[in-house]
Amino acid sequence: MSDHVGTLPAATAHQFDDAVQQRDASGLGMWVFLVTEILFFGGLFTIYTVYRSLYPEAFGHASGTLDITLGAVNTAVLIGSSLTMALAVHTAQVSRNRRLVALFLCATIVLGGVFLGIKGVEYAQKFHEHHVPGPSFHYSGADAQHAELFFCLYFLMTGLHALHMVIGVGLLSVLAVMALRGRFGPSYYTPVELTGLYWHFVDIVWIFLFPLLYLVERHS
Amino acid sequence: MSDTNYLNVDYGIRSWLLTVDHKRIALLYLGSITVMFFLGGVFALMIRLELLTPAADVVQADTYNKLFTMHGIIMVFFFLIPSIPATLGNFLVPMMIGARDLAFPRLNLASWYIFLVGALFTLWAVFTGGVDTGWTFYTPYSTVGANTKVIPAAVGIFINGFSSILTGLNFIVTIHRMRAPGLTWFRLPLFIWATYATSVIFILGTPVIAITLALVGVERAFHIGIFDPAIGGDPILFQHLFWFYSHPAVYIMILPSMGVVSELITCFARKSPFGYSFIAISSLAIAFLGFLVWGHHMFVSGQSAYASLIFSFLSFAVAIPSAVKVFNWTATLYRGSIAFQAPMLYALGFIGLFTIGGLTGLFLASLGLDVHVHDTYFVVAHFHYIMVGGALMGYLGGIHFWWPKITGRMYPETLSKIAALVVFLGFNLTFFPQFILGYLGMPRRYHVYPDEFQVLNVMSTAGASVLGLGYLLPMGYLLWSLRYGARAPANPWQATGLEWQTPSPPPTENFVVTPIVTGPAYCYAGEEAEVV
Repeated sequence: MSDHVGTLPAATAHQFDDAVQQRDASGLGMWVFLVTEILFFGGLFTIYTVYRSLYPEAFGHASGTLDITLGAVNTAVLIGSSLTMALAVHTAQVSRNRRLVALFLCATIVLGGVFLGIKGVEYAQKFHEHHVPGPSFHYSGADAQHAELFFCLYFLMTGLHALHMVIGVGLLSVLAVMALRGRFGPSYYTPVELTGLYWHFVDIVWIFLFPLLYLVERHS
Repeated sequence: MSDTNYLNVDYGIRSWLLTVDHKRIALLYLGSITVMFFLGGVFALMIRLELLTPAADVVQADTYNKLFTMHGIIMVFFFLIPSIPATLGNFLVPMMIGARDLAFPRLNLASWYIFLVGALFTLWAVFTGGVDTGWTFYTPYSTVGANTKVIPAAVGIFINGFSSILTGLNFIVTIHRMRAPGLTWFRLPLFIWATYATSVIFILGTPVIAITLALVGVERAFHIGIFDPAIGGDPILFQHLFWFYSHPAVYIMILPSMGVVSELITCFARKSPFGYSFIAISSLAIAFLGFLVWGHHMFVSGQSAYASLIFSFLSFAVAIPSAVKVFNWTATLYRGSIAFQAPMLYALGFIGLFTIGGLTGLFLASLGLDVHVHDTYFVVAHFHYIMVGGALMGYLGGIHFWWPKITGRMYPETLSKIAALVVFLGFNLTFFPQFILGYLGMPRRYHVYPDEFQVLNVMSTAGASVLGLGYLLPMGYLLWSLRYGARAPANPWQATGLEWQTPSPPPTENFVVTPIVTGPAYCYAGEEAEVV
């Protein structure tokens, strides 16, 4: 056993022949998981599309109450976090600079935290405006029933997305600790790479959510 | 005996509950789904008992609604869907492709625990009042009407879905990345092709039912009009989303069974399959087309006539790959050296019953006829021919076939043949009269019926008793064989396939030496003598 744990790949699990097979299998596993995720969000996107086309007026007006500025800032923050994530993966791939990998991972965590914070502010606004579906829901515009449906889908879709963000931040925190301990390097960086895939996926979901919920056919 | 295998390597309870060996996990699943099967079976027998007479004499309407709902939920989500994939699939996928384990063994164990948690939620719903929505959870009844344990049941199914997804993911990655040297795609056993196709459905379909049931829960808990038309929702949308998963789910049940039957037919006819690549590709075709036919459940729900037209056409199209399989199995039997061992009896039963189930499916895919028989016992009989006559027969055939490999013991042959015949006769006696009942107009889901339907209902109930006996028999003698059965050799059937080249039961790592494959699957003696 070598002391330089950080420079060695983690031991190949017993079911694999070698580290290459293990990496390939892990990568494919993550892609297949993301396919499942697409279908998971896809159900909600379908429902949103159907109701949006059935009740365009109500949805347009309800959409107008969302804060575009906060949404746009969040979009920028999230794209920035994808950049730092990609840099973390790249750094792990090409160098043994454990601090730099951890730094990029921490930057991603911070940006993810900022996104969730801003989302929290938006949610709080909705609570104050009584736009949260349920017994206390109050809406002054026309067709309150379908506006409530819009807000229901808004909370479900952004909530499910935020849940994915929280899980992502958790994974990144573990990775950051592992990175500091020198677990990653050019010969072993699969966890960073796969978490990166997951993070980009969550980012892309938002790239669809933002225009669909905030921008398209918006009436104010 | 000095040699260790996966069963005797360790006996402690921890060694089972924390195992990452795919073979042990398969047995954990086998035990749990058998419990669920018998629970679902008890509900089925209570349904048939009530229907013995035209009047309501055993249970009242409310209880009856709960009985058929819980029978459906337990059988569909907690027995049939995991049945072959989670037991035989778990056991055989790595063995058939010459791997030491699945790609993600810990994920595999996690999927069993997820299954258990889902099952516990559902059992909680069952034993604290039950659910009465039907296994289909149609809205708005399930969201505003039903005053029963809908949310716990839906949560159970939601959780259980992740178990399916993880199993499917594991199989896909394993089949792609971990085949033995020389084992190309078109040398794979047909069971692997079927399991692969099933896994694709797991991956693509299951998340949709999960999100749909979550929305049912949201609507029920917060009274937001997602599906309830009275508060602004669209109930037809629920049906679209529900059947987008639940129709492919039928193929989750039948495809693995078809894979098992392909193995049994070739082995006991001692021939390579007629049209190997057609059987293999037809599995994928069924998985693909299966995603495009969900609307045939909604011909009378108010979807557009044009949609119905297209769904009708596509439903007919699924018959093509299904028929490819049936014709190719039959052609495989032609001039084969057929041995009527118990697994083969199940396989032959499967072919006959699946054919009836499939052909009556075409009746239901016809727009005009479906209006007449929709929601009648004709539909009930049709899908039981597929799910019980098809999926369950294949499952039992497979359990018998691989029992020597799994346990290292032979099952008692004569008793097994008798049981196979009892199941076949009991099944037909139970469900064939239901075709007639449905055609005559007896609707499903009622606990009372007009007097003129009684004769056929008595036949059906009598058949259900025979069928119940047919299921108890294997339960008994398979357990008996664990202790008293003859020791199984490595390859009791002289079957091809990598799983037969290793001892019974196999060692933990499956193979002493990683096998190298040099020829196609199914080289049976007497045929083109290709060296394997």
